[in-house]
Amino acid sequence: MADSPVNVGLFVTCLVDLFRPSVGFATVKLLEDAGCIVHVPDTQTCCGQPAYNSGSRNDAKDLGRNVIAAFQDFDYVVAPSGSCAAMIREHYPRLFADDPAMADKAKRVADKTFELTSFLADVRKVTSVGAKFNAVAAYHDSCSGLRELGVREQPRYLLASVEGLEVKDLEKGDACCGFGGTFCVKYPEISDEMVTRKTSDITATGADTVLAGDLGCLMNIAGKLKRDGSNIAVRHVAEVLAGDDGTPPIAGGER
Amino acid sequence: MKATAHDFKNAASKALKDDNLRQALHRVETGFAGNRAAAISRLPEFHDLRDEGVAIKMHVLDHLDYYLERFEQKVIETGGQVHWCTTPKEARDTILELCRSVDAKTCTKGKSMIAEEIALNPFLEENGVLPIETDLGEYIIQLADEPPSHIIGPAVHKTKDQISDLFFEHHQKYGKTERQSDGRMLVNEAREILRQKYIDADVGITGANFLIAETGSTVIVTNEGNGDLTQSLPKMHIVIASLEKVIPTMEDASTILRLLARSATGQEFSVYTTFSTGPRRDDDLDGPGSFHVVLLDNGRSKLAGSEDRELLRCIRCGACMNHCPVYHAVGGHAYGWVYPGPIGAALDPHFIGIEEARHLPNASTFCGRCEDVCPMRIPLPSILRRWRERAFESNVTPPAERFGVGAWAWLAKHPAFYRVGTRLAVRGLSLLGGRRKRIAKLPLAGGWTATRDLPAPAGQTFQDQWRRQRGRSA
Repeated sequence: MADSPVNVGLFVTCLVDLFRPSVGFATVKLLEDAGCIVHVPDTQTCCGQPAYNSGSRNDAKDLGRNVIAAFQDFDYVVAPSGSCAAMIREHYPRLFADDPAMADKAKRVADKTFELTSFLADVRKVTSVGAKFNAVAAYHDSCSGLRELGVREQPRYLLASVEGLEVKDLEKGDACCGFGGTFCVKYPEISDEMVTRKTSDITATGADTVLAGDLGCLMNIAGKLKRDGSNIAVRHVAEVLAGDDGTPPIAGGER
Repeated sequence: MKATAHDFKNAASKALKDDNLRQALHRVETGFAGNRAAAISRLPEFHDLRDEGVAIKMHVLDHLDYYLERFEQKVIETGGQVHWCTTPKEARDTILELCRSVDAKTCTKGKSMIAEEIALNPFLEENGVLPIETDLGEYIIQLADEPPSHIIGPAVHKTKDQISDLFFEHHQKYGKTERQSDGRMLVNEAREILRQKYIDADVGITGANFLIAETGSTVIVTNEGNGDLTQSLPKMHIVIASLEKVIPTMEDASTILRLLARSATGQEFSVYTTFSTGPRRDDDLDGPGSFHVVLLDNGRSKLAGSEDRELLRCIRCGACMNHCPVYHAVGGHAYGWVYPGPIGAALDPHFIGIEEARHLPNASTFCGRCEDVCPMRIPLPSILRRWRERAFESNVTPPAERFGVGAWAWLAKHPAFYRVGTRLAVRGLSLLGGRRKRIAKLPLAGGWTATRDLPAPAGQTFQDQWRRQRGRSA
């Protein structure tokens, strides 16, 4: 499927690093299957979005400089997250627009940064992932991926090649799940109302699994489903595309 | 209107427990948003029209003084008068003086958010001029003594039952002693009572969706025709508008009108689009004896020169709130000032200060739907983020939040400490999660764990596992 090897820097994201390493390994497998040589710089930490969205522009810039330094030499930067990829791709150029020393570098890294499924489908032209996964899955589009990066068809296209998987759309597919980074701890009641609407929508599809491309949304949705005693399994899309059914779902499988 | 935005969290909390409100808000989400999507799918050039609309508004903002002066000149030529008001107080005083000049006892009012901004109704009432709202939604909330909760559906927070109760309570004095519960009967009852008010009123006050510089016309859109009766029957018509409502030509009005109703209610056009140009002429069959435009600045000329100037492109369609998950959850009153929803969160701090309005730009997940649906492509999330930056820089952001962000940023800026810190945290949380792999209660994360479990980490970070599997060089 892929012609010549390309060097990809995996921006694993802090949530995946801390909470769900299996997403990182699934991402590595998918990238290697797509003919990429995967590098994981050990100086990477956080893309700076929590600081950026809290109004701490200087902290966000410091963290941005760290990411740019760690990743500028790769052909591509790939993150298993629409939110972190959008931070680098869409917001770094704005963050450094008034900083002559950084503006060009930020733009160059931004232009080669992709969310995982869009990198596989749009850049590497992957048509089939050759995986097997028995599930009926509802797909949740994360807001950043959907609206900032135009990620909608790519995960569905790739999931269609997974044997044994049926994908269902949500009735309100473009509604936010209420995670919103620090929003969910600053305004927990509103966040809870939003995730309650989201999990009702998920439950109404009759799916036994819910998938998304962002771990923030997934932890929020899983946390709510489990608190409500639901059996629906919550997984990152990368795990399913990589055929990883051995790792227990997010927040565990049992009630 | 006295700002209560500082109390957003409590107000939101109450709103979330109000079953009537939740029932009413459901209509915003399904009705308005669904209708908009359908209307836009029928107009392939909609997104090109958005670009045209943006270009018109940006051109006006670059030449605001020119078009306002031209507008005034045309109003004078057609027999009217423009009153330039810098502050809400000046606008109120001007309107009262105009009302007194015709010995007004009552005035009818069309819907106007600027009238809310300057708190016109209580002021007129205190000074002996009784204002009567004629837009059905505004009429309902006037009876309920509440501010609007939505810029195009002021009473959208009310259920039919609540409206039925209000009418039953307030209409007895007109001999309406039977409680109506049918929607059409309720509308008819209000219409019957308002009919006499139109005839009795000495002054009619309306807002304006546009002020057209080439003709000196003011434009309103309504679905009830109440604006027409408000402005044509009394002796005097007062238009109250903020200065960014000016646009160059009729053609421009027609471009933006094609965006407005579709974005607002999903209609192709509002039922009534009314152009007012000067007072009644000698050969006119009807119309007001005099025509006044009260032009309010209230900080807008300063805003026009600031980095947030794009806010002045707003055409008050309400699409942002109709698509906002936070608005859907808490409704408009929780925002605590005149403009609710995303546009209010971005605009209100300019009027009431970031200290008072601190919560509004923060209570957003940056989901981006508002910017997506805004016909004027106002980058609302970016403007909200700028408010967060201003709050952070001026120490309005609470210390605990500053500390949390600072601590995380410090750790993330020091990868070696970050590795050790995350390794320990992940191990600890994993132990707490146990066999169930989730945590039901966690200190400092009480907001989350009150209603949700926290998924527990696997026990080792990805970085540690990766280094172990592939060695440091990989």
